[in-house]
Amino acid sequence: MTGFYTLLYKELLRFWRVVFQTVAAPILTALLYLLIFSHVLMDRVTVYSEVSYTEFLIPGLAMMSLLQNAFANSSSSIIQSKVTGNIVFLLLAPLSNFQFFLAYLLASVIRGVSVGLGVVLASSVFLVISIFNPLWILGFAFLGAGILACLGLIAGIWAEKFDQVAVFQNFIIMPMTFLSGVFYSIHSLPQFWQEISRINPFFYMIDGFRYGFFGESDVSPMISLVVVSLVFLFLSFVTFNIIKSGYKLRN
Amino acid sequence: MGLLKFYPWVMVEVVRAFNNSMQPALEIKGINKSYGSFKALTDIDLKVEQGEFFALLGPNGAGKTTLISILAGLCVADSGGAFVMGNNVVEEYQKSRLNLGVVPQELVYDPFFTVREMLSIQSGYFGCRKNHHWIEELTDKLGLTSKMDENMRTLSGGMKRRVLVAQALVHKPPVIILDEPTAGVDVELRKSLWEFMKHLNSQGHTIVLTTHYLEEAEVLCERVGMLKDGRLAALDTTRNLLKRFSGIRLSLRTNGKVLPYVLQKHLVESDVDDEWVFRLSDYSEVESILAELRLAKHAVFSLDLREADLEDVFFSVIKDK
Repeated sequence: MTGFYTLLYKELLRFWRVVFQTVAAPILTALLYLLIFSHVLMDRVTVYSEVSYTEFLIPGLAMMSLLQNAFANSSSSIIQSKVTGNIVFLLLAPLSNFQFFLAYLLASVIRGVSVGLGVVLASSVFLVISIFNPLWILGFAFLGAGILACLGLIAGIWAEKFDQVAVFQNFIIMPMTFLSGVFYSIHSLPQFWQEISRINPFFYMIDGFRYGFFGESDVSPMISLVVVSLVFLFLSFVTFNIIKSGYKLRN
Repeated sequence: MGLLKFYPWVMVEVVRAFNNSMQPALEIKGINKSYGSFKALTDIDLKVEQGEFFALLGPNGAGKTTLISILAGLCVADSGGAFVMGNNVVEEYQKSRLNLGVVPQELVYDPFFTVREMLSIQSGYFGCRKNHHWIEELTDKLGLTSKMDENMRTLSGGMKRRVLVAQALVHKPPVIILDEPTAGVDVELRKSLWEFMKHLNSQGHTIVLTTHYLEEAEVLCERVGMLKDGRLAALDTTRNLLKRFSGIRLSLRTNGKVLPYVLQKHLVESDVDDEWVFRLSDYSEVESILAELRLAKHAVFSLDLREADLEDVFFSVIKDK
């Protein structure tokens, strides 16, 4: 297990070395979103009767930052190692495929959850945040981060240059995150877009996460938990098998 | 009675240790590898015994790095099998990698870390935790001690090469593969590196190296394999190869433009303009060649006479096969 712990430690150290870029900057960005959107929309939008729009925004923004950073961690680490060639040190090592997968997954989850937690804590300086049930919050935070960590690994392994990771991030991850109810409830959408939102797994991650704060959600949190868990298991299976096959790593 | 209880287990371990000691360090059986329509390796069979100092030579693109990559698990062969200390590199990849240290050809490094961190991380990958003494010895022998806390980005090319060597050796692997380790490094480092490799070899480590400095291979290696166009074109002890392609090499420059016909049979292809290179079987032939040249009114400007070396063998193999 020393090999696994070492890889995990190295991955944590990698993002900690540039903590302003990897943790502090996304927290600041989320706070700016919060400041601008709540200022502009607070008096115009009511989602839940007992919850102000600013309060409603915080879990969405925290989850969005969490997801984007979990993706960024694994994808950037792998593509950097591939482009600079230092992935060879890892490929020569006697790590099992599962240890390889798990170390990258956990490091990304830790960065994602750190950023998400940072957004919530920084927001709490300006606003009292209610917490309905922390277990739902943690469950969706870890599962959501796990899903994006897997997607980041897939993107990093598949991509041959930074540009391709950016395509994955900007044309797939970003739209799916923004269209999942970060800034609104899907009930405010026309019927067609509501149906589209229901096939977006990001919607269930954010909706379930928000349930942990307010005890209210667009769909039952149990349904969200099942959907998110199944997506996580499916992507873990796919990612592990990609690593095992050596696709674009051992060629 | 207590010992008897452990007898079967002890016997299994003894047999396993015995088998390990009998295994070749490296074994390659019928390896084929293609990249699209390009055939990189064709039917390679090769065995390197434990404790050998072996040279794998060949021109650029001959397949050396592909073969090393297959042994290291960096790519997978299309067919055939490769084994490190008896462990299949695909099915028993963890065991085979544990027994192998590879110095890659490219100067790669992780810009986030210092030399100390890189070596510590690499040790951890191989499950080594308390190897500080060995790392100290390694870095001392490789002249890295003063650079331990410097970031990899700030090191010169030669220093980065030393770190690569140290990284490959952190887990004291029984088999060490060096893929052109002296490419682009100064004479001092080359010398100290080979001294260190000789020291490791004397301690029982098997060393396989690829190099373009053939005189190094001739001095260091007991056996040589030569690859050409993905095929093993020659495989023998260095001594036998030199014997097989033995002879005396005579290089001449004269004022003549046309070589007398009787001397044509001795002529081998020259790699330098205006120079004739002859292969002779005996020193006594020198005088007869000079006599023929005098007869043809050639004035000799320069003359070089030496025994054939591995470079001549290499060119013969590459040209002939």
